[in-house]
Amino acid sequence: MFADWPLLSLLIWLPAIGGVLVLFVGGDKHAARARFLALFFSLLNMFFCVLAYIYFDNHTYKMQFVENITWIPAYGIHYALGVDGISLPLIFLTAFTTLLVILASWKTIHQKVSQYLATFLIMQGMVIGVFAALDSLLFYIFWEGMLIPMYLSIGIWGSENRSYAAIKFFLFTFMGSALMLVALLYLRIQVNSFYILDFYEAPLSMTVQVLIFVAFLLAFAVKVPMWPVHTWLPDAHTEAPAGGSVVLAALMLKMGAYGFLRFSMPITPDASRALDWFMITLSLIAVVYIGMIAIAQKDMKKLIAYSSVSHMGFVTLGCFMLYIITAKTGNVLDAYMGLEGAMVQMISHAFGSGAMFLGFGMLYERLHTRLISNFGGIAKTMPIFSAFFIIFALSNIGLPGTSGFVGEFMIILSAFKANFWIAFSAALTLIIGAVYTLWMYKRVFYGTIANEHVAALKDIGKLEILIFSLITITIFGIGLYPAPLLDMFHVSVGHLLELSLRSKL
Amino acid sequence: MILLTHYLILSALLFVIGVGGIMINRRNLVVLLMCIELMLLAVNTNLVAFSHYLNDLNGEVLVFFILTVAAAESAIGLALIVALYRNRGTIEVDKLDSLKG
Amino acid sequence: MIVHHIQTASLICILSPLLGAAISGLAGKRIGNRASHTVAIVGLAISFAAAIYLFAQVVLYKVPVYNADLYLWGGSGRFSFHAGILVDSLTTVMVTTVTFVSLLVHVYSIGYMRGDPAYHRFFSYMSLFTFFMLVLVMGNNFLMLFFGWEGVGLVSYLLIGFWFERESAARGSMKAFIVNRVGDFGFILGIAVVLAYFGTLDYAQVFKQAPSLAGEIVDISGTQFSVITVMALLLFVGAMGKSAQIPLHVWLPESMEGPTPISALIHAATMVTAGVYMVARLSPLFEFSEVALSVVLVFGATGALFLGMLALVENDIKRVIAYSTMSQLGYMMAANGVSAFSAAIFHLMTHACFKALLFLAAGSVIVALHHQQDMRKMGGLRKYLPITYITFLIGALALAALPPFAGFYSKDAIIEVVKQANTPGATYAYYCLLIGAFVTSLYIFRAFFMTFHGEERMVDDQNEHKHGHGEIHESEYFILLPLVLLAIPSIFLGFMMVTPMLYSGQFSLLGSSIYVAPEFDFMTALVTHYDGPAYMALTAFMHPPFWLSVLGILMAWCFYVKYPYWATYTRKYMEIFYCVLKNKYGFDAFNDFFFVRGVRGISQFFYRIGDVKIIDDCMVNGTGRAISHMSAWVRKLQSGYLYHYVFVMILGLFAFLAWVLL
Repeated sequence: MFADWPLLSLLIWLPAIGGVLVLFVGGDKHAARARFLALFFSLLNMFFCVLAYIYFDNHTYKMQFVENITWIPAYGIHYALGVDGISLPLIFLTAFTTLLVILASWKTIHQKVSQYLATFLIMQGMVIGVFAALDSLLFYIFWEGMLIPMYLSIGIWGSENRSYAAIKFFLFTFMGSALMLVALLYLRIQVNSFYILDFYEAPLSMTVQVLIFVAFLLAFAVKVPMWPVHTWLPDAHTEAPAGGSVVLAALMLKMGAYGFLRFSMPITPDASRALDWFMITLSLIAVVYIGMIAIAQKDMKKLIAYSSVSHMGFVTLGCFMLYIITAKTGNVLDAYMGLEGAMVQMISHAFGSGAMFLGFGMLYERLHTRLISNFGGIAKTMPIFSAFFIIFALSNIGLPGTSGFVGEFMIILSAFKANFWIAFSAALTLIIGAVYTLWMYKRVFYGTIANEHVAALKDIGKLEILIFSLITITIFGIGLYPAPLLDMFHVSVGHLLELSLRSKL
Repeated sequence: MILLTHYLILSALLFVIGVGGIMINRRNLVVLLMCIELMLLAVNTNLVAFSHYLNDLNGEVLVFFILTVAAAESAIGLALIVALYRNRGTIEVDKLDSLKG
Repeated sequence: MIVHHIQTASLICILSPLLGAAISGLAGKRIGNRASHTVAIVGLAISFAAAIYLFAQVVLYKVPVYNADLYLWGGSGRFSFHAGILVDSLTTVMVTTVTFVSLLVHVYSIGYMRGDPAYHRFFSYMSLFTFFMLVLVMGNNFLMLFFGWEGVGLVSYLLIGFWFERESAARGSMKAFIVNRVGDFGFILGIAVVLAYFGTLDYAQVFKQAPSLAGEIVDISGTQFSVITVMALLLFVGAMGKSAQIPLHVWLPESMEGPTPISALIHAATMVTAGVYMVARLSPLFEFSEVALSVVLVFGATGALFLGMLALVENDIKRVIAYSTMSQLGYMMAANGVSAFSAAIFHLMTHACFKALLFLAAGSVIVALHHQQDMRKMGGLRKYLPITYITFLIGALALAALPPFAGFYSKDAIIEVVKQANTPGATYAYYCLLIGAFVTSLYIFRAFFMTFHGEERMVDDQNEHKHGHGEIHESEYFILLPLVLLAIPSIFLGFMMVTPMLYSGQFSLLGSSIYVAPEFDFMTALVTHYDGPAYMALTAFMHPPFWLSVLGILMAWCFYVKYPYWATYTRKYMEIFYCVLKNKYGFDAFNDFFFVRGVRGISQFFYRIGDVKIIDDCMVNGTGRAISHMSAWVRKLQSGYLYHYVFVMILGLFAFLAWVLL
């Protein structure tokens, strides 16, 4: 019976409506009411996500749950939605992350509660919209639309330097996507349609492809973020509230990588082929150089933020290796692993980094400091928290059995197919990641109790244990049995490869 | 015989006097308002003259519009000046430079 | 039918420690200390029983090799990765050894860890370690190997940092993990090579294809390498990290910050031998690369001698044994290097017993002395700790390879086979191992005499007076029982197992689970001279290693019991050697300078200059500044005077008119 429902519209607009309703609950007097209402909506959304997963067909690359309504006929703009194996896991991730954020805010947010919850619910709708949109203008609207709640969440609930960070975040991402709009309009003129799938068929000359590729690159590279346009992320992360950081790490960064998969590679395959060395170089710089920078951080949130950038370098690396691999082996089947690794890495990074941000948020709420030197010996006062945190840290450094391993493993293994030195540089993350994560863990959790604030800490409560357990189960689930996740990818990735490997000249 | 040209010259003169008044006057906002009125009147003169010349009543209708709008405008303008005077204690044009970048 | 049983048994074997770990770890606080150690030990005991069953099935009843995938872990393109189990003789030997030592160490820990606030956590970690170790040895592909590999590394990290309030423990644990990660860096690249050239990570399929790849060449930045060599060497880097081979050995001494049972279980008997196991398991790969074998041999032999020498100047009793472990691992690696994989595994078994025994005995001493580890503050303990004394002596004799103790059979075989070998570097390796034999007995008996003989130097740190004699007493039953149980195989294991392990030719115990290329088959030459274990022990004095060991013991006795001033003299006249050894050949200083401080310096540089200065300050905020400078200039047009605006308007109007009309 659910199969005929407009599931995607529900997924997008339910949280948005929920957000508005929560907003109407009003002031902080009714905080509890707002919380339960928000929780209800995010659970409802999770339910529809599960439905979508159940009704999703792994065996076709065609878009599913398609909705198509003419929206602005004069310009041929449609309200067109649909998902495939690439976007559905990300939608699932979005719903799950928002649920966690809402649960996590239960005890940590006490001011402007309903507004906070509404912000995140609306943001959830927007992000799902990004992943589900099939009309490029609709995509663009969601893409830019989600900046507003994010901007607000940093600007209102952030810490001291929040306005600098919020403006930096907004300008960076907005400037990046300005050129994307131009590219979309150009493509619209070429194919006389705003459908993304129609763009795939547009024949484009090399020059045009390169220009479009660069325009997309600016938009997506800022979001991912790739070196050297990454500096907004550490600032945004440090200033954002815990929930904002989680959404940034878990969802916003994924939008950039999703853009590469949905737009850059299939629309401009020849330019992608010609510029893959450039993308790979940037990715490797992100992996190694940014990893090194993470070692030098004194601010814990900055450290996690830089490690995020470094991990996202893996994602872009996995995305753009297919050209070298197929050129070398001549077999498309060899190229699957890099792409699928990149997609697993996207998902797993959300749990590793997101969970670390969430955990840090709990510390921050108790100690009100971000400096690593102000911590020490927390394992003594908060043993349960420390145990959870090391699981997240281990997932972050890609220990086998955790979700972080799957993506890294697949990408490193397929990198070797491309080139020894790419694999070599990528594998350096094994060492660098361990250095910055464990060194941080040692300084924060090990050692003697640093000061009386740490000594006075209380361990996490039941709700927090519930949140962390959910994440932990997911981390181990993906790490020990990634096959179901990978199965969702196969056919769609195959189609993507087909689109990305042909020539449009 | 008074030709169209004469009207046009007159209205141009009125207009220039208005503009000149705006530019030269640095003392009083009310004068400035009067200069604007003068410019509008110059336009009206033109309109009437052309209307007569072309035998088209549209021009004269337009004049009525402009007159009413100008009346309303000067009423609002004067009200603003009064409000400004209450707030700032002056209506000297030179002192009103808060738009300065 | 039997296959089905084997699967069940191996699953029980692997999972029961995990279950024990989960219960004692998650519910430990609630169920109490006694229940948590009971759960862990029962889990281990079940696992040990299953291991014995497997051993009996595979070794005695010659059940065919069990190799099956449990489930599809994940697949992508034309690759698929499974979680699977391989049970052959090599596996069962390892599994039995691991569970046996682990079980005894569990029992020992009841006594050793008594009163520790995180008692249940300790047991949970140990069982978890056993789980990972079992996955490591029972996996049927590289993925499982890597999973177990990193898993044991993780637990080792957690256990070294068990007393995390201590800065040295926190530091040591981090160092151990990171150095191991350097090894794993090579390991994962090695796995990548395997996958790239074989298209699968399954042992059986890889080994089947290995011969066909023997001549294949890979081009890395213009230089040609043999694929198998690259593969084997990269994998060996992983083994170097885990098995503490030069230059990745630096973490092992610091791992002694962990509780002593851990040093016995993880850092002596089982985890550190994973590298040896890996090379033996991958013998069908290593055998196709003489270069790789030679590298293994040279690194192993070098470690055997030079890392052993470090024990001569160490005063911490645990660290002496730790250096000894590195040296013995060198022996095993050297055996791998000359394709004597069975000898390596045999030494691994005997070493697991006697080294665990030595560590546990040392732990018993440490407990008796209230956590005093400095041998300079021991001495004459023989009369207070008789059982510990005897068991330590047995362990020391086994380590020194005196017949008929266990170590004799395995080590003598290794030295003999290296002598026979013609792998490049074998001569060098032979002399290293030979001198190593002397060094081994010297340092272990130095430790033995310093601890149990001579004058009593026990000083109470607080009160600066001698311990009241009543205070030092033999450890409790839970500590002594494992010592005795380990002493038994330390004496007899070699005698019992040497024939089936080493000298049965094609019927040897390990059988087909290892592969030796005909041109590297140096063990067969030894078989012809072999006339049974008793004969081997009786003729030991005809070989130099025996005399070197005896010489070492005698020297230790002279230096540390009979004429203690000799030691002082020697130190004075051999100042340079002493310095070099005391500084551990400068590895620590080098690493500290280049890697620790170097990397931190570079990171700081990247962050301060690259990110903050260039990108953020110049490019990002620079753009903002440029715009605001420009605006500062442009704003001057905005005078705020109406008449200026009007003037500009009229100018504009004129310009427009002029443009339209002209």
